[in-house]
Amino acid sequence: MDFMVFQYPMITVQACLDGILLGILFALIAYGMALQWGVMNIINIAQGDLVILGGYIAYFMYLYGIHPAWGVIVSPIIMYFVGVGIYKLVINKVVDRDLFISILATFGISILFMQLMNFAFGADVVLANSGYGTTFLFDSAVVLPNSKIFSAFVSIVFAIGLVIYMKKSKLGRAIRATAQNARAAKILGVDTEKVYAATFGLNAALCGVAGALISITFTIHPYMGLPYTIRSFMIVIVAGLGNLPGVAMSGMGLGVFEEFADYILGTEFRIGSVFLLLVLILVYRRFKLSRKREYLK
Amino acid sequence: MKINKIILSFISAVAILLSTSAVSFAKVVGDKIVLGAAISLTGKYSSNGVHTQNGYNMAVDRINSMGGVKVGGKTYKFEIIYYDDESNPKRAAQLAERLISQDGVEFMLGPYSSGLTKAIAPVTEKYGVPMVEANGASRSLFTKGYKYLFAVLAPANLYLDVAIRTAVELNGGKGVRIAQAFEQDAFSQDVRLGILDAAKETGSEIIIDDKLPKELNDMAATLVKVKQMKPDVLVVSGHTKGALTAIRQIAEMKVDVPMLAMTHCDAAKLSKQHGKNSQYALCASQWHKTLTYKDNFFKDGMTYAADFQKEFGYDPPYQSAESSAALLVFKDAFERANSFDQKKVRDALAATNMQTFYGNIKFAPGGQNVDKPMVLFQVMCDGAGKCENKVVAPLKWASAKLIHPIPKWSDR
Repeated sequence: MDFMVFQYPMITVQACLDGILLGILFALIAYGMALQWGVMNIINIAQGDLVILGGYIAYFMYLYGIHPAWGVIVSPIIMYFVGVGIYKLVINKVVDRDLFISILATFGISILFMQLMNFAFGADVVLANSGYGTTFLFDSAVVLPNSKIFSAFVSIVFAIGLVIYMKKSKLGRAIRATAQNARAAKILGVDTEKVYAATFGLNAALCGVAGALISITFTIHPYMGLPYTIRSFMIVIVAGLGNLPGVAMSGMGLGVFEEFADYILGTEFRIGSVFLLLVLILVYRRFKLSRKREYLK
Repeated sequence: MKINKIILSFISAVAILLSTSAVSFAKVVGDKIVLGAAISLTGKYSSNGVHTQNGYNMAVDRINSMGGVKVGGKTYKFEIIYYDDESNPKRAAQLAERLISQDGVEFMLGPYSSGLTKAIAPVTEKYGVPMVEANGASRSLFTKGYKYLFAVLAPANLYLDVAIRTAVELNGGKGVRIAQAFEQDAFSQDVRLGILDAAKETGSEIIIDDKLPKELNDMAATLVKVKQMKPDVLVVSGHTKGALTAIRQIAEMKVDVPMLAMTHCDAAKLSKQHGKNSQYALCASQWHKTLTYKDNFFKDGMTYAADFQKEFGYDPPYQSAESSAALLVFKDAFERANSFDQKKVRDALAATNMQTFYGNIKFAPGGQNVDKPMVLFQVMCDGAGKCENKVVAPLKWASAKLIHPIPKWSDR
């Protein structure tokens, strides 16, 4: 245990800011997961692997001399079609089955993606350099890499864009209608099959944006997807479905929690503490749900 | 019915073929010495696995084309049976078992990484099969009392020992303040133990001692502490991801530290992936092409590097060089034993005392090579941003002078 983080106020500020910037990025991934979970009732274990795949797209652009920030535009476009492809090949065969089958199916996709990425891109850890420099605050006591600020900013732009799209566009309205009541939507002329495919595609596109940002801010590696799946799963569990401000808040909360766990418990427990928190929250949510059920009796 | 018969006869034909080929593979046949190796050709170690295989193949071709191995007045050629262990220790142990009991291999070459070597060593030991390995540096390999394991490389605890001693020397012999961050795996933790020993001996103090998780891609917290505590040396070891993450975040957060020492810089292609940001980083390496060791097969490091480049199209990392050296050791031992008896070859291996282009090789009773120090190189960049690794310690081979302390970010 190390309480240095509280002894120096500037480190506390640093940890909070790092956590919030990171949390916004997590929230973007979680947003995609919540969307798909709410509309199709599918928990996508391959979420993190889609993120990593998106990261590789930005990385390859960087390799060929294009600034990786353009990956934020290119990666979601490619990933949208990857998502639709996965839906047509696998998901639409399990979408009407129970949750367990769909978890197994996406778990399979996750393993397949990891191995394919390892096969295609190699096992090396890679990153894309943005060359964005650094921002100093409070007499350089707090340092924020501009790449982190950039990724938080882009995440916010995409999240707001998607909210507006869901509210205003025809497809967005169809998606929301399907989420509310698929049967009624179908009767009223919504092509639910198309809506499902588009939802999966949109989720993959969001993962693509997040992946490009991660390759700019951190590093990517074929086997690094799972922690991102777990984080977004947790954020959605905490926030609940269809609660977008909740997703943003719990995303930032998780980011700050991770940073503090890192300082206090040590970096080795960072991911571990996320898993522990997930277990605690599941237990708590269950407890609350069962209490609700009792009340209903 | 007819189809069944055809299938049956086909299967038996294949079975007969396989059984004969198994016999023809066994140990020393005709003029061939068959060695076995399980190597990570797929999975997370695949890139280094391929470096290892290329190193082995290069040496086999070279030794065979230069007259092979002379035993009992007869000339033999090397041949290697490879299996892919999928970077998985369990699979590696199974494959070692298969190589020995099914394929009849009597001599083994090591796999890539400490973890996989650890999985294979009990098997080779059980069957009394001599194994020369080139890519397992973990100290725990050499404290188990294995009799048939020989490693051409220096053990992991010596990787960054030189860095601490150099820092103390530059500090006028006084102890230094060390910050360290190590991944939690067998290899990095061994490197850490080496630093603890060096710190104790030199009276240095460890002020930050962080452990990094396997899924590491953010070490900002450690670096914030480094900024606050201002240590004299920062040591990082976490395979390629540790090296890449550290350099990225040190540059982004403008962390000033007089000395930065790491492992796995060349595997991470630091100077290529990070360019000028990686400047001044000190890296531990088993080998560097500019070292002046010599042998009759590859001549010296520069020639080896040029030949390797010609054959495989890239500059050899030390993983390839040490793998090639393993074959030279085997050849030498066979000729001195003048026999293919496993025990005699084992005794000859234990008595090895030779120089190869890769370094001097002499085994301690535990099996580790005690005659080859680690080298440290420093990433140095010219004005145009082209970066190169230059050996700076030990002084005997230094091709450039160590730049110390590292200039502050504000002055770069």
